[in-house]
Amino acid sequence: MDELSEALARVVGATGVSELTRLSGGASRETWRFEADGRRLVLQRQRSGDVRDMGIEAAVLRAAFDAGVRVPELVASGSHNDPDNPLRASFMVLEHVDGETIARKLLRDERFGAAREVLVRDMARTLAALHAVDPSPIDGLPSIDQVAQYRATLDDLNSRLGQAHPTFELAFRWLEANRPSSTRRTLVHGDFRLGNLMVDEGGLRAVLDWELAHVGDPMEDLGWLCVRAWRFGSSHPVAGIGEYDSLLAEYREASGVDVDRDVVRWWEVLGTLKWGIMCMLQTSAHLTGMSRSHELAAIGRRVCENEYDLFLALDGHWNSIGGR
Amino acid sequence: MSELHDVPSAHDLVEAVREWLERDVLAGTSGRLQFHARVAINVLAMVERELELGAEQARDHEIRLADLGVDSDAELSDAIRSGRLDDRLDEVIEAVRADVLAKLLVANPNYISRDVT
Repeated sequence: MDELSEALARVVGATGVSELTRLSGGASRETWRFEADGRRLVLQRQRSGDVRDMGIEAAVLRAAFDAGVRVPELVASGSHNDPDNPLRASFMVLEHVDGETIARKLLRDERFGAAREVLVRDMARTLAALHAVDPSPIDGLPSIDQVAQYRATLDDLNSRLGQAHPTFELAFRWLEANRPSSTRRTLVHGDFRLGNLMVDEGGLRAVLDWELAHVGDPMEDLGWLCVRAWRFGSSHPVAGIGEYDSLLAEYREASGVDVDRDVVRWWEVLGTLKWGIMCMLQTSAHLTGMSRSHELAAIGRRVCENEYDLFLALDGHWNSIGGR
Repeated sequence: MSELHDVPSAHDLVEAVREWLERDVLAGTSGRLQFHARVAINVLAMVERELELGAEQARDHEIRLADLGVDSDAELSDAIRSGRLDDRLDEVIEAVRADVLAKLLVANPNYISRDVT
């Protein structure tokens, strides 16, 4: 830890680092909190051996910050490819932002009551702002057809796990038959939902976790925000807090762009399908022995929750498969 | 029907372990270990439900597949994908929905909302 403190002091140009505390360890990166000359900062570092670079994410954060989007300010960043990088792994140092990220607290605790009143508006305005960020100066931002990507992932998983999911096949047919003809292409956050948003008693403070940022249809972010898994048991469709109409109206007002409810539904269906396939990926990590854990094993039996959510999203909209 | 194995049944054995986790392990743990104990309790409860319902569910599943002229989920998936069953799409949707509800009855019956069937 002393070695890490010294490296951090060099990275941020401080005389000393204190209060270094490990916050969490995700599968691919670790998060630390620390103070440098009295300034409260956060370190995100790729795990050693992980070759993924944080360069794109850092560039996106900087562009979003410069455009006035509520994000933590980027203080320093480095790549694992740089031999002079004192942290010897890709990293970002960010300004600390006070608040809460845990969805269940934000949805249920009394002290966030006032925040819940304004969160749909805050989220819509923030999405409109981040969709207005010019992505063209950011090198390497992915821009791929996600239907094709997840089709390939599902085929691979089905053959490796010896399984088939007729619900997912119905969903793919529906997605292909109803693909929106959107022409707007913008920066997309890619994982905009409670859990990745810093919220305090006054509302949304910062958008975190830009790992999945890419270029695409901005409606993807609105649809993902309505995926049933991100309602955390609440009956309100938008992040477990609000209704479709208010999200769409607030987004229209903030962006000046009209929003088609059917397009948002298309992205919600794709998001639900994606989350189901991601659950299969997690359980396959257990089954292949990559990471043995009863928690990962149990996630395989949650795939049917996503299948159920697909029926909820698609009932009343099954038409137009098979030319009906 | 005559059983080879002595009592308790597989269902009763799993139930006994789950009850021990609920009674003693939850109380004696905290944080991450307690969370993982809760996950284990949920997993065992799921296995109990499958031991109880699984055989009947498997028969119903086979009947639904046979009604559609296929003999596996893989074959049904291929038929949906190729459009071969498009003229019976309503039946396909209802059969697949019934399978999903059956899976949820074992995996997480609380997930089924009362307002939707």
